[in-house]
Amino acid sequence: MFIKLGGISIEAALLIDFGSTYTKLTLVDIEREIIIGTAKDLTTAEEGVMTGYQKTLHTLLEKIPNKDINISHKFACSSAAGGLKMVAIGLVQDLTGEAAKRAALGAGARVLDTFCYELTKQEIEKISSLQPDILLLAGGTDGGNKSCIIHNARLIAEFLPDIPVVVSGNQKANDEIQEIFQEQGIDYYIVANVMPNLNMLQVEPARETIRKIFMEKIIETKGIDAASALINNVIIPTPAAVLDAAQLLSKGTSNQSGLGSLMVLDIGGATTDVHSIGEGDSSQPGIVKVGLPEPFAKRTVEGDLGMRISATSLYEVAGYKKISNWISEHIEYVNYKCQYLTDHISFIPQKREDILFDNTLAKVASEIAMKRHVGVIERIYTPSGYVYSQKGKDMADTKYIIATGGVIMHSPDPASIVQASFINPDESQYLLPKHPTVLIDRHYILSAMGLLAQKFPDKAFNLMKKYLIKEYREEKV
Amino acid sequence: MKNNIVLGVIGADCHAVGNRILDHVFTEAGFKVINIGVMNTQEDFINAAIETNAYAILVSSLYGHGELDCRGMREKCQEKGLDDILLYVGGNLVVGKQDWVQVEKRFLDMGYDRVFSPSTPLDEAVSILKNDLVHKVRGDLHRSSSTH
Repeated sequence: MFIKLGGISIEAALLIDFGSTYTKLTLVDIEREIIIGTAKDLTTAEEGVMTGYQKTLHTLLEKIPNKDINISHKFACSSAAGGLKMVAIGLVQDLTGEAAKRAALGAGARVLDTFCYELTKQEIEKISSLQPDILLLAGGTDGGNKSCIIHNARLIAEFLPDIPVVVSGNQKANDEIQEIFQEQGIDYYIVANVMPNLNMLQVEPARETIRKIFMEKIIETKGIDAASALINNVIIPTPAAVLDAAQLLSKGTSNQSGLGSLMVLDIGGATTDVHSIGEGDSSQPGIVKVGLPEPFAKRTVEGDLGMRISATSLYEVAGYKKISNWISEHIEYVNYKCQYLTDHISFIPQKREDILFDNTLAKVASEIAMKRHVGVIERIYTPSGYVYSQKGKDMADTKYIIATGGVIMHSPDPASIVQASFINPDESQYLLPKHPTVLIDRHYILSAMGLLAQKFPDKAFNLMKKYLIKEYREEKV
Repeated sequence: MKNNIVLGVIGADCHAVGNRILDHVFTEAGFKVINIGVMNTQEDFINAAIETNAYAILVSSLYGHGELDCRGMREKCQEKGLDDILLYVGGNLVVGKQDWVQVEKRFLDMGYDRVFSPSTPLDEAVSILKNDLVHKVRGDLHRSSSTH
């Protein structure tokens, strides 16, 4: 695609994010590693996303004067039409149930619910009413329990024959599951077990397959397939793009070393996502690790913490006291405001008090979401003295936290939102970051860079360093 | 093959050395040992047994609080559908010098199939387990285990 506007010719990559509300475009000069421009406009899911896309592209190109731009690469991610909706099924809630849920989250899905043990007809009806795009069926370690996953496969084959199923359970059950699914003509994908041995996570194969199905099958039903012809490249779920960007920045590329452990805080209207990249090993000596091992790249999604549609549920979770730590408003006012925000999901604050209220909600969401994401340390009294046990990731030594999302971009003091989630001496059991450097994703480039990284990891890495870290340093000076 | 067994130390007990030795000995004897390590709750043992299709749970307790930690485990197994699973317990189960016969009886009454004192030779424990798996465990006990 050539756009002749006179002047020098630029080799560019167009990064497209089909969001549930907005379609966001980022145009990147690949050679010079700079962001040429960004634009956003409403996603047009009903009439096909291409209408909104063309409009946004037009806006974007209008902003760029006197340049020849050759858009040689296009990449897209999508969370339109509800994103990638999944249901995870395991055997024991804390084991394969949790492992399956984490695999789905890591693939960028919204996990609508997790089911355990043998499914009942009522549960099947519940799953059916949730209308998931993909089912993730796990259960049993390799060589462990077979009966449960086979039972569940039978019920799925009989009652949910139209939903693609990723089978990621006891490998010894695969022959029987294959037979059941083949007989009923189920669209199924058998991959390695999410938990091959007890307390050992192996989520990558399931993640990869889920992303592949999303690309090949799900985007059709979301009206994004028209875009895939234009883009001629993979379309991934938006949260997966963010996770990819965070991993790249943390680990680096084959040519450059990364930044080490980092976290991403993404506060949206409906959910608050937290990503952590790092082993999460204990930062203190003599601690016993308990519970399921944690993925190196971990994503959690808090469906009850958000700035708009989830404002009332956020208020219910946090309570008035927590909110009044930050602002001195009456309880009636807080009640009213939260309800108003839930009812007006496209509300953009203009007045100072509204901006302040948004900032407060964001601080509370940040604190609670980060607490739920990180590990917890517990002091146990034993006959030989105190013993400390750690469950989950210790993120105390996290070097960077990248904050993103609408409220962060529009906040007068975005760093304060992130700082609300730092370790608190009164609640030191939460293994929250101690002294991380806060980076603000002002240009909203994180998911775009995750996309660019699919083909140009070094370019994406340099761009993130330039637009996240360098800007931070310049601000400091 | 009924050779999957769950092994671990219960309660706020972090004695790891004996746990490693037991893991080694039972693995050498041909068992598939699912070792859940130290500081486990009853639920940790039971969940592990369900996922791995284990036929026996071997509980160690070395710090003298075994009686408190182990009580109610049989009932929980039944509640979770592990009706016929073998439950073994061993170690320094109680504080002070108590009569072993009394101690053993207390744990047998709790529903444990075997109670081992610290002086039990390991090869003896191995052969008892092999024998019990043949004679005490009826068929595939997991067939009905996950209906709950």
